[in-house]
Amino acid sequence: MTSTQTAGSTDLARQVAMYRAQVALRAFETRAYDLFLENLVKGTSHLSLGQEAIAAGVAAAMAPDDWTFATYRGHAHTLARGVPMTPVLAELLGRRNGLMRGKGGSMHLTSVSHGVMGSYAVIGSHLPIACGAAWSAQYRGTDQVAVCFFGDGTTNIGAFHEALNFAAIWRLPVVFVCENNLWMEYTRTSEVTAVAHPAADRASAYGLEPILVDGNDADAVYEVARTAIARARAGEGPSLIEAETYRHGGHSRADPGTYRPDDEVEAWLARDPLPMYRARLAASGVGEDELAALEAEVADEVEEATREARAGEQPGEDLLLADVWADGGSAWRN
Amino acid sequence: MAQLTFREAIARGIAQEMRRDPAVVMLGEDVAAAGGVFKGTVGLLDEFGPQRVRDTPISEQAILGAAMGAAMTGLRPIAEIMFSDFFAVCWDIVVNEIAKSRYMTDGQVSFPLVIRSGNGGGLRFGAQHSQSVENWAMMIPGLKVVVPSSARDVIGLMAAAVRDPDPVVFLEAKALYPTKMDVPDGEIVDALGTARVLRSGDDATVLALGSMVPRTLAAAERLAGEGISVTVIDVRSLIPLDTATILREVARTGRLFTVEENPRVLGWGAEIAAVVTEEIFYDLDGPIVRITTPHIPLPAADALEDLAIPSVERIATTIAKALSD
Repeated sequence: MTSTQTAGSTDLARQVAMYRAQVALRAFETRAYDLFLENLVKGTSHLSLGQEAIAAGVAAAMAPDDWTFATYRGHAHTLARGVPMTPVLAELLGRRNGLMRGKGGSMHLTSVSHGVMGSYAVIGSHLPIACGAAWSAQYRGTDQVAVCFFGDGTTNIGAFHEALNFAAIWRLPVVFVCENNLWMEYTRTSEVTAVAHPAADRASAYGLEPILVDGNDADAVYEVARTAIARARAGEGPSLIEAETYRHGGHSRADPGTYRPDDEVEAWLARDPLPMYRARLAASGVGEDELAALEAEVADEVEEATREARAGEQPGEDLLLADVWADGGSAWRN
Repeated sequence: MAQLTFREAIARGIAQEMRRDPAVVMLGEDVAAAGGVFKGTVGLLDEFGPQRVRDTPISEQAILGAAMGAAMTGLRPIAEIMFSDFFAVCWDIVVNEIAKSRYMTDGQVSFPLVIRSGNGGGLRFGAQHSQSVENWAMMIPGLKVVVPSSARDVIGLMAAAVRDPDPVVFLEAKALYPTKMDVPDGEIVDALGTARVLRSGDDATVLALGSMVPRTLAAAERLAGEGISVTVIDVRSLIPLDTATILREVARTGRLFTVEENPRVLGWGAEIAAVVTEEIFYDLDGPIVRITTPHIPLPAADALEDLAIPSVERIATTIAKALSD
């Protein structure tokens, strides 16, 4: 009885942490959007508003030295691994105190010390790269697992299929997570895909079990991720998870998302992962005070990150020619 | 001392590095059990086992993506792309991922990997299995590019490439695979970014790369019989480029010729010609002349392929004519 209670309270603590993560991702992305409107974020950016439960749920199932491979929609996955908000926001603003000192930008967030092995912006390319990291873990006999996130549109590019086959034949410790938000950029994925579930329906082609999960339910995501990661760690090979979700905004900052039917948007907003999860925690006995305090703490964190990012210096010419090569330079001749 | 073919030198060079460092692993199509379609990796599976020498599916993106992911997490992979023409199906991984990621991440990741590939013509394989693509790789910031021309250099430059902390594209001229030379026993380790003066003369400097090196040496020998003495430099490494050696010899001789198997437009000689005109223009006594494959896809028929790729005859007569004008 005592052990059950201990397990229960541990679970609840994890759930509170997962809620906090979702609140933080929501607050960060909302602030990032506000800063676009101020023209402080240049270039493009792809927000995970509405998709927070996937980032929070999977990250909670990962060990600290597991690896994340993300896409250009990677702010959430980077933050979910524990990277502080300030360097991420400063990177979006192109400042010297950014995560890559302004050299990568929104689409290439990387923090190796947190296991975030990169955000990749050519569709599908990072699936084989995640296989390589998993191969390295397998070869060196570590128990690390590579987790690779991608969107629904990625399931129609060649690298997806090469990587799935490769991971399966080498039984690599890699977990592929398809965030199916139903839309590629402006086109509904189902209109250009031969099967209804773009990832899950392809699993059997690679000898894998189809795994379909509600991507707006962090607990459900956590459970499938935990199982898949455990399998990978035990040497039982890769998994392919399809998490169904919806992005609340457009594809990128330039896209208001008006091509989507109003009733579809409304139906998904009614399934917003944050209020659903908050209600679940409240029903489990987490007090309003605790939830409100956590939300206030996150709000302060975002304000502080915004101040620090805005105060960051512009990167200087000293960085321009640095770090093409491992010697720190860029010389191509003597 | 042992007499080795170019193809045997590849296996010896890789084996030398795999014995030294357990982080060195190898992958590619038919590289393990079959020993490579060009027999460049014979014996490696037997010596190092299936965990270190791995056959892959026909999935070039997966091969190079896996090499990249392995390199960024502690291994030193050697990946084979069977024909360099096939870079076109995995060029995204090479150009957008491997070459850019170190810079984009502010130096957080390194890619100590080697991409080997059979390059160029001479085997009558036609346009999709014969192109010389060193200029594709040379123009990409973040890639080092090495092209050995002899069995000894294959071993030494392979060692240098494997030990280098950056990604190296290692192009093996297919036409040279059967060529033989005496190679010293024991470990051979060379340096990237070093050209080699193979023959010294006073009338002109002739730069050559890969399969064009033996042809250029033969042409130089023929020219010597006609009273023309030329310096022949094996460029060996396009990135980093040993411009110090090249500029010194061009300044001394006053003339520059390049002998290139790649198609003419934006071949490696064009970049070197630009460097020479920018930096030592007034040391030149006459125009720079590029001797290249025309700007065409390679034809299959032996008669046509021989017309396309610079021959000993074309190299010698072009140089002699230019020097007499």
